Amino acid sequence: MSSAGSMEMGGTPAIPSRVRIQSGPLTVAAPGGHRSLPVESVFDVHGVSVFYGAKRALEGVDMRIPRSRVTALIGPSGCGKSTFIRSLNRMNDSIPNFRLEGKVRYHGHDIYGRNVDEVEVRRRIGMVFQKPNPFPKSIYDNVAWAPRNLGLRHGLDERVEQALRGAALWDEVKDRLKSSALGLSGGQQQRLCIARAIAIEPDVLLLDEPASALDPIATALIEDLIHTLKGRFTIVIVTHNMQQAARVADETAFFGLDSSDGEPVGALIEHADTATIFGNPADPRTRDYVSGRFG
Amino acid sequence: MSTAASSPLPRSAGPAARRRRDWRRSFDRFGDGALYAICALAALIAVGALALSAYEIVDHARPAIAKFGLGFLFHTEWLPNFGVFGAGVLLYGTLVSSFFALLIGAPIAISIGLYLSLLAPKGVRGVVSPLVEMLAAIPSVILGFWGIVLLAPFVQKHVEPFLHDHFGFIPLFGPPQTTGASIFTASLILTIMLIPIVASISRDLFLAVPRDVQDGASALGATRWEVVRGVVLPTAAPGVIAASLLGLGRALGEAIAVSQVIGAGEKINTSLFETGDTLAARIANQFPGAITGMHKASLYYCAAILLAIGLASNLCAQWIGRRFDYRRMATR
Amino acid sequence: MNVDEPAFDPAAPLTPTGNLRRRRAVSRVAESGATFAAVLAVAMLAIVVYSVVAEGASALSLDFLLGGAPDGIGPALVGTVELVLMATLIALPIGVLVAIFLVEFGGRLATPIRLALDVMNGYPSIIVGVFIFALIVEPMSSQSAIAASVALAMIMVSVVARGTEEVLRLVPDSMREAADALGVSRWRSVLTVVLPSAMGGIATATILGVARAAGETAPLILLSSNNPGVSVSLNPFEAVPNIPGTIYRLSEEANPEGFTRAWGAGFVLLALIMLANAGARVLLARSRRKMAP
Repeated sequence: MSSAGSMEMGGTPAIPSRVRIQSGPLTVAAPGGHRSLPVESVFDVHGVSVFYGAKRALEGVDMRIPRSRVTALIGPSGCGKSTFIRSLNRMNDSIPNFRLEGKVRYHGHDIYGRNVDEVEVRRRIGMVFQKPNPFPKSIYDNVAWAPRNLGLRHGLDERVEQALRGAALWDEVKDRLKSSALGLSGGQQQRLCIARAIAIEPDVLLLDEPASALDPIATALIEDLIHTLKGRFTIVIVTHNMQQAARVADETAFFGLDSSDGEPVGALIEHADTATIFGNPADPRTRDYVSGRFG
Repeated sequence: MSTAASSPLPRSAGPAARRRRDWRRSFDRFGDGALYAICALAALIAVGALALSAYEIVDHARPAIAKFGLGFLFHTEWLPNFGVFGAGVLLYGTLVSSFFALLIGAPIAISIGLYLSLLAPKGVRGVVSPLVEMLAAIPSVILGFWGIVLLAPFVQKHVEPFLHDHFGFIPLFGPPQTTGASIFTASLILTIMLIPIVASISRDLFLAVPRDVQDGASALGATRWEVVRGVVLPTAAPGVIAASLLGLGRALGEAIAVSQVIGAGEKINTSLFETGDTLAARIANQFPGAITGMHKASLYYCAAILLAIGLASNLCAQWIGRRFDYRRMATR
Repeated sequence: MNVDEPAFDPAAPLTPTGNLRRRRAVSRVAESGATFAAVLAVAMLAIVVYSVVAEGASALSLDFLLGGAPDGIGPALVGTVELVLMATLIALPIGVLVAIFLVEFGGRLATPIRLALDVMNGYPSIIVGVFIFALIVEPMSSQSAIAASVALAMIMVSVVARGTEEVLRLVPDSMREAADALGVSRWRSVLTVVLPSAMGGIATATILGVARAAGETAPLILLSSNNPGVSVSLNPFEAVPNIPGTIYRLSEEANPEGFTRAWGAGFVLLALIMLANAGARVLLARSRRKMAP
């Protein structure tokens, strides 16, 4: 699934208003050189459209998400970013009338396939939500809950500590692990949610606007966290904050509204490495969005 | 007097109009006061009736309280002809039948609540929820009559022998008696009455557990049951306990259906399959026919005890419901 | 915890790994249990209703519905209607006024009053019967329809008050503020603006209260059970025959013919109550559609 050093141009030729650039480079500049290295893709998304009943929310997304990198999804509200990311770990299943067309392949397996266990999907692909949602339990129990379910009872204390360290929360809570998680501040709660997610060592971390409900200091802490977590997990992050994407992401995908078929529908407009998206975007819509923010 | 054409003097400015306005204003003030007064009076009547009821019952129970004191609760002889009264049997029957009903009914009701809130598709919920609530609308006299005619014989012929054969080593499950009139049958009827109350409240409580916390649990690769056990149940627990106490209160106070199926027993028996009696049922049975003053006073005494137990259960439910819900809401 | 080696092979097929198979089975058992409980509840309802309908239908006839005891329940039917009507006449105004007090005048008194209403809702009806017996029957030295109606009213009040309060709260404050801004006095705005828009909810609450009161037996046993129901009796100062009491009496006698009549009376009572409940639900749905289009 890797393409060494080539950028493929989009499948459907010349529909003027929609330039579809096939998903990202999947290459990475080797440190200190210009040669590109092949990078494995974790997600392979083909022609994914999402419907809520009759209403089409997302249109024909083709994308590859590389391993052990941070991919940011940016774009204005209502363009399907959250819908898309939640479709990656089947969190949209509980929404009534949800329907997905196309294929979402995870390490080659269609996650919406027939024999797929969605609980297993979510075990491997973790998610942190926009609003911190700690359980009404102690801090320790919040982090230990999922490992206990999975039967990972040996070394639970160490696992909890490692997870909290990984989320840059250990020092602040190590003396009050048994106190209620609801007593933490918003930023701490969100880091707790991150600790909770990484405690079971997922393969992928999906972050749906993790810092949008937090103050700037907490936001900065979360961004630092993402840097440290980068190598261990494949990370996909939805964010409204373009500076955040620029700081944190290796690749960026811009979701916008596509009106070519009449009604505006969310669609993937452009996906490339972050420098290109922000410095030299190919699609005018990307350019408008990106430059609008930077003034 | 003025330029009538361009700005006519409004009729409402004249002295007659002013008098009308003043009168209207004071009438309105009177009206406001009157409304407040009758509403306050209504509230007073409502609350006052409650307080008065407690007073009247205790007052009429005085002769029996004076004669028997607290021993009334433990002595088991109830002999109207000899003026000897003791509510031990009744208290035992009340507590055993109600708690047994709670033991069986609460888990079933909570499961129903879980089903209706988390499992059932919306259409099914729309049909089954009202059906469960209708269970509560069945008058107790009809349920009790159904109990005598249909449930008791069935229990006596099939359920009691089964339980006695398989679990007879527990003294609760003694040999079946001639009729199905027993504490066990009464408990089953009370279970049927208690389930819809607890189920409806539980359903609403589970529906109120925030979606985002449940999503957070799902996103960690937890099965549906684990989400329920780890998040939904703990969050709703105080409310579910309060609901169970309300159901218990219903069971404690039920007079008619219980009196129809419990057999008006006079002894405390260890086996649930024997007859028994409860405070409420005895009052329903003997109150109309009570002649002597002490008999009546003893029945009032029973009512007072029942009132105390029922109030305790109800107030506990209210306290738990109010305290824990507000606290939980404050931290989020 | 070794960070470098994942706890599972991410590229493996997405079928359950580790202990998931067992946990899935547990979850499925739990789901089946909950579904079974719901089926049980519906079955209980079906069994009881079916019994009443099957056994009671055979007793139904015009003679049965109109004739007097011992063959018919006509006077008992009239008596129940009379009792419920009188109870409504007492409980409706008091309930609505208490609700108005809670919503419009509230203040610190609102919490204890609401608590009292909630307590009243769970009051054992036999206790209400004993109370009214002490209050009215003993001084009058006889049972009476008045006593029974007062007892039923006491049971109805909390239902009416609660339902009315809910519906009064639904009236948006903006309406009240608009009336205030126009200089309309409190009592006028309540009577002419707030109450009319709450009418549907008040009707619903009243019907629910009626359904509840119609089925209550315990107070009637103590307060209005002396009348054998041979002929229609409308005298409020005497005991009045009634359906629940008739069923109770017939059920305690060992007469199988009486049983048939009890089933018939039960059929009528259950039908009326279920109808009232269904009617209230329809009203509720319609008024909800009006409030939030």
